[in-house]
Amino acid sequence: MIPLSGDIPNSKGEIKEVNEMTSISRGTSTLKRGFAHMLKNGVVMDVTTVEQALIAEEAGAVSVMVLDKLPSDVRKAGGVARTASIRIIQEIMDNVTIPVMAKCRIGHVYEANVLAETNVDMIDESEVLTPADEYHHIWKWDYTTPFVNGARSLGEALRRVEEGAAMIRTKGEPGTGNVAEAITHIKKVNDELRSIKSIYDSGDKQDLVKMARELKVSYSLVEETAKIGRLPVVNFAAGGIATPADAAYLMSLGCDGIFVGSGIFKAEDAKERARAVVLATTFWEEPDKVKEAQKMIDERQSILGLDVKDLELKMQERGGTV
Amino acid sequence: MTLNIGVLAIQGDVTENFLSVMASLSELGIDGAVSQVKTAEQISKLDGLIIPGGESTMIGQMSLVNGALKTIKEKIESGMPVFGICAGMILLSKNSKDRIVGDVEQPLLDLLDVKIERNSFGRQKDSFEAEISLDPIGISSFNGVFIRAPSVSDVGKEVQILAKFEEKIVSVKQGNIIATSFHPELTRDTSLHKSFVQMVKDSKS
Repeated sequence: MIPLSGDIPNSKGEIKEVNEMTSISRGTSTLKRGFAHMLKNGVVMDVTTVEQALIAEEAGAVSVMVLDKLPSDVRKAGGVARTASIRIIQEIMDNVTIPVMAKCRIGHVYEANVLAETNVDMIDESEVLTPADEYHHIWKWDYTTPFVNGARSLGEALRRVEEGAAMIRTKGEPGTGNVAEAITHIKKVNDELRSIKSIYDSGDKQDLVKMARELKVSYSLVEETAKIGRLPVVNFAAGGIATPADAAYLMSLGCDGIFVGSGIFKAEDAKERARAVVLATTFWEEPDKVKEAQKMIDERQSILGLDVKDLELKMQERGGTV
Repeated sequence: MTLNIGVLAIQGDVTENFLSVMASLSELGIDGAVSQVKTAEQISKLDGLIIPGGESTMIGQMSLVNGALKTIKEKIESGMPVFGICAGMILLSKNSKDRIVGDVEQPLLDLLDVKIERNSFGRQKDSFEAEISLDPIGISSFNGVFIRAPSVSDVGKEVQILAKFEEKIVSVKQGNIIATSFHPELTRDTSLHKSFVQMVKDSKS
């Protein structure tokens, strides 16, 4: 049984087909969140071409995320970053057996519609692309296709769940090769979860109502989350992960899995690194195996990386306040 | 005598199966322990194993890397009951093909005498819940949660068909092997997990 906190029964994305013999449902929370549960302990890799997707699949990725440009190139290119070419997404879907995800702009309902029609397995409403609506995220209950959203705090995560996200990734700073922000944010979410859990355990309803107001999310979702002491949906780490040790460290902080963006295909040893990051994610509890994985990569070939303090564009801040 | 049941914890929905086995043991009043297992050494001590849902290519590759796959195969050949769910069903099979991509190179246990069609019902948007019956093992109604599910396209002589959905085979049994293409661990219904725990118990006495 998976947690269904915040579930909206009979939402638009839920389709019931009834005929004489059978009755089937699609797009239920169990199916959308359940899909994310199947990815747990895995690595999702950002790719821009079929070749990269095949390398990711062979390395043991559980899914690929299709982008037009890798986050570090989005950063360099400037301008408006939009969803990837449908032709390339389709080509990748036809060539790998693992699930295929693609990104749409925050709040861009019709980019999401196009991706849903293309039949991608999950849509990432992502801050890596230029937001299309500064005030509203997509109402994800309207879709049969599941969504993943980024979050830097418990409030942000729960607001996205309330809008229908079936999965969360704690945001780092994309395209930097710097894992610091991802670490800060998962620790923050963990601290906040501990705090609402202790309020729940103490039985202080008034304080929990206060928390719900602070988090800007419904009381019932806060209460149910506090009760289980974790996010009600699968939570991956993302943003700035560049090495096997980065991945293993985030797993040890309680993440359910890892998204790797520029870290793999911006490195010069992409193939070995892809495999090494998967190994370190799978066997993060075994120090000798993480060492073996780290040994597979050459630090001189890592993405150079950026200090987050010096950045003009902080992608993580996009969509964070609403 | 305590039953020692393990859930293969390489990748996928391990915790959900862990909890379903815990619930089954307590509902049946059977003395047993359940653990999450990764290494050959842990697997060698088991009386029964669940291979959970996840990505079969990944679980196969990683359990090949650490030597777990070989031990799993030996244990099943020597009679240990195993329950393969979705990805687990694919891993147990002798032959697997993707509906769109076709032949895929992936490590398989090569034990369950079936041909598998991966992603048989389509992509995630086509994933569905529907009522299934597994009459041969006494479960007349079960909520089948099918997520990018495989189906069985061909079965060998030793294989018993437990359930079909719209003419596609979605659950089979062959001796000590039981497999489903849907996810009982995502529901509250423990009847399939209980049936497996009972299988493990019977194999010990």
